[in-house]
Amino acid sequence: MNTPLRAAFRAGLAGSLIALHLALVGMVEAFNKREIIQDTVTLGQLLLLGVSIGTALYALQLIPQERRATRDGWLTALVSVSVVSLTLMLLSLAIQTINLRFMFQNASKELVRILTFHTPGVVGLVKLWLFILVGGILGVGYLFVPRPWNRVLSIAAGATLIMGVMRSIVTPLLPDLLVDALYTASGLKRIGAVVLFVLWSAILYTYPRWKARAQTLQTLEVRLGPRTIPLPVFLGIVVLFALPAILREEGSYLFEVLDMVGIYIIMGFGLNIVVGYAGLLDLGYVAFFAIGAYTMAVLSTPELPVVREFLTQTIGRSTLNFWEIIPIVIVISLISGVLLGVPVLKTHGDYLAIITLGFGEIIRLLVISDLLKPILGGAQGITGVARPTFFGKFVINESWEYFYLIVITIGIALYISVRLRDSRAGRAMKAIREDEEVAKAMGIDHVAAKLSAFATGAVMAGLAGALFSSRLYSIAPHSFNVLISINVLCLLIVGGMGSLPGVVVGALALVGLPEVLREFAEFRLLVYGAALIIMMLYKPEGLWPERARVSPIAKEVFGDRLQQLKIE
Amino acid sequence: MALLECRKLTKRFGGLVAVNRVDLVVEPQSIHSVIGPNGAGKTTLFNCITGFYRADEGEILFQGEPIHWLSPTHIARKGIARTYQNIRLFGNISVLENVLIGMHIHLKSGLIAPLLNLKSFIEEEKEAYKRAMELLEYLDIAEWAFFKARNLPYGQQRRLEIARALALQPKLLLLDEPTAGMNPKETEETTQLIKRLRDELGITILLIEHDMRVVMNISDVVTVLDYGEKISEGTPDQVRSDPRVIEAYLGHGAASGLKPVASAGTVAKGG
Repeated sequence: MNTPLRAAFRAGLAGSLIALHLALVGMVEAFNKREIIQDTVTLGQLLLLGVSIGTALYALQLIPQERRATRDGWLTALVSVSVVSLTLMLLSLAIQTINLRFMFQNASKELVRILTFHTPGVVGLVKLWLFILVGGILGVGYLFVPRPWNRVLSIAAGATLIMGVMRSIVTPLLPDLLVDALYTASGLKRIGAVVLFVLWSAILYTYPRWKARAQTLQTLEVRLGPRTIPLPVFLGIVVLFALPAILREEGSYLFEVLDMVGIYIIMGFGLNIVVGYAGLLDLGYVAFFAIGAYTMAVLSTPELPVVREFLTQTIGRSTLNFWEIIPIVIVISLISGVLLGVPVLKTHGDYLAIITLGFGEIIRLLVISDLLKPILGGAQGITGVARPTFFGKFVINESWEYFYLIVITIGIALYISVRLRDSRAGRAMKAIREDEEVAKAMGIDHVAAKLSAFATGAVMAGLAGALFSSRLYSIAPHSFNVLISINVLCLLIVGGMGSLPGVVVGALALVGLPEVLREFAEFRLLVYGAALIIMMLYKPEGLWPERARVSPIAKEVFGDRLQQLKIE
Repeated sequence: MALLECRKLTKRFGGLVAVNRVDLVVEPQSIHSVIGPNGAGKTTLFNCITGFYRADEGEILFQGEPIHWLSPTHIARKGIARTYQNIRLFGNISVLENVLIGMHIHLKSGLIAPLLNLKSFIEEEKEAYKRAMELLEYLDIAEWAFFKARNLPYGQQRRLEIARALALQPKLLLLDEPTAGMNPKETEETTQLIKRLRDELGITILLIEHDMRVVMNISDVVTVLDYGEKISEGTPDQVRSDPRVIEAYLGHGAASGLKPVASAGTVAKGG
């Protein structure tokens, strides 16, 4: 183990590098434009504060556990963050004396002003030091605040800040009176921040789960009795369906975001069956999304004369409507799932990934090709995609209206995933994921298992695509690039491979969050990369990993006996 | 009629003849051991029987039917199950699910029944869960049912592999070094277990084993392989006193220096 001083310098150096990086790529400056608490904290400052807290916690990790909550702990944490602040001071001095901009575009005077709180001279540098020191105190203070208060307070602070960052999402949900009291045009008011923090602390403190956590569970906790929908789930569903109608005026932006998150959740459930259940690494998943989207567009747009003529001759009408196309989307994506599945039956791992990657590119190239332009619209794409109608009168137009359709589709995809998980077919997929050779020696038909995984996944992506193109009214080939496949895969990795709640968590984190922070889109991939590296190092199983589960049937069959079994 | 019969079975890897014209007859309800020094071709023989490898020459008959051209999937469905030298469980899923996967071929539901939550599906699943739990109880690992398989202690993992194989309801069970890495107590328990499988469940057992105490204790017939060839076969006593066997284990000329009936333990250590 390290001596406190050595640990402090090690962590301080790591923290310095990160802080320098964030400052010089321009994140601090860009994020500084977003105020979280009026005249107090900006997102840019929060970024530096986060680095500081992280540095302190990392430094504490490096010294022996029994010395952390002592004077040594304070020393380590405060020295380590002082190293960080020293680095930042040197940076601001360097920027003021020499011009670094020939190399670092973002090493601007504005950056110095942000770092020194718009105060020139030594006083500014001291302010910077004190600010970074606050992070260190917060980090080490966590150890000195008794449980459960340390968790309650830190989570409450986090929740308050998130409500500040997500102003655009949160405000439509609250009544105007409350919004005026708590929020400014860009972030929280000071009083609002205090009120929210106290409120969150109170809620979290009374939350019974904390007390239950304290006792270690010895046996499986199984709730028995008739199978009913638990009250929170029921209330959640009611809210999910009531909210869009209530908020349709103010919440259009909210539902834009939620629609996109929802479409990714549908795809996430689909890819989860392919990668999470069956272990088939598919990097061309966007192909099925594109197939769904284009099926919807081609059959319903008035633009493509060749298709119009063909349809008129065969069915006597030039276009189909949304509801007629949905079954066609299902069939076509199912067939294309099987078509991709057949040639890759014998490949595994990396090879499978490369082949599927190729499949995705083939679809994209077909779509932009001139040859198929009369049918698929070429590089310009297609506009005039059908919107769903009910009884020929009520047309779904707005994003909050689409939200209903998307939630219902998510429900269907979730249902299929849940049913599959505890069924013979799902177990066969999981066996193939774990060890294909052994699975075969258990009499499992790997062809059937793999093809059904590909087909189910493809149908879900196809439906997501159909909803996507209908909602956007128009589609263009560039929306279907390989990044979509990567995004869906990433959300599975972040959420936890094979885990269904993980899909939702992953989609919210990887699709929802960037939408909210749209003005910082240029840093999106940078943050993505960093987040994935951190995930892989510290939580490789994902944010919400799959556990060894007790299925509902097991509860029904074994009942009270489960109490006697060991748990992990 | 023999349950399993290999006739002049040969498997080559490049220039190496891993299994060379081996004849093997496994009688129903017997415990038949295959022994031999490392690299003698025992596991290759198992892989040929279960269809992992395709034999280059010769044939394999199971209940009089040729199976050497079938895939592992179809051979499993005929009623041959196996365990592996290095444990190969489905590590990231629960112990109970491992056994349920073993039952795969005896269950019927496809994709549609679970989606519609048909009664037939639920009944079948309930029945399967009960049988799986019975199997876990039979192998004394029921309390671990909802652990991830890879988190089980080593000895329990070996048992789970046997439980999973039993779930197939096999007529023939191939055990590849079931006591490898076990202490004497666990070895003794496993030996008794293998006997019970034969006596209580009527399963024929083909066993690869290095521990001679186990082999000599429970085998009806012992086949000895060396460099892919069968060099001896018979009851444990016959094999134990066969000079060619002692030679294979201890090297040329060793037989003359030993008493005809060397203790089983000595032979094992020599190998």
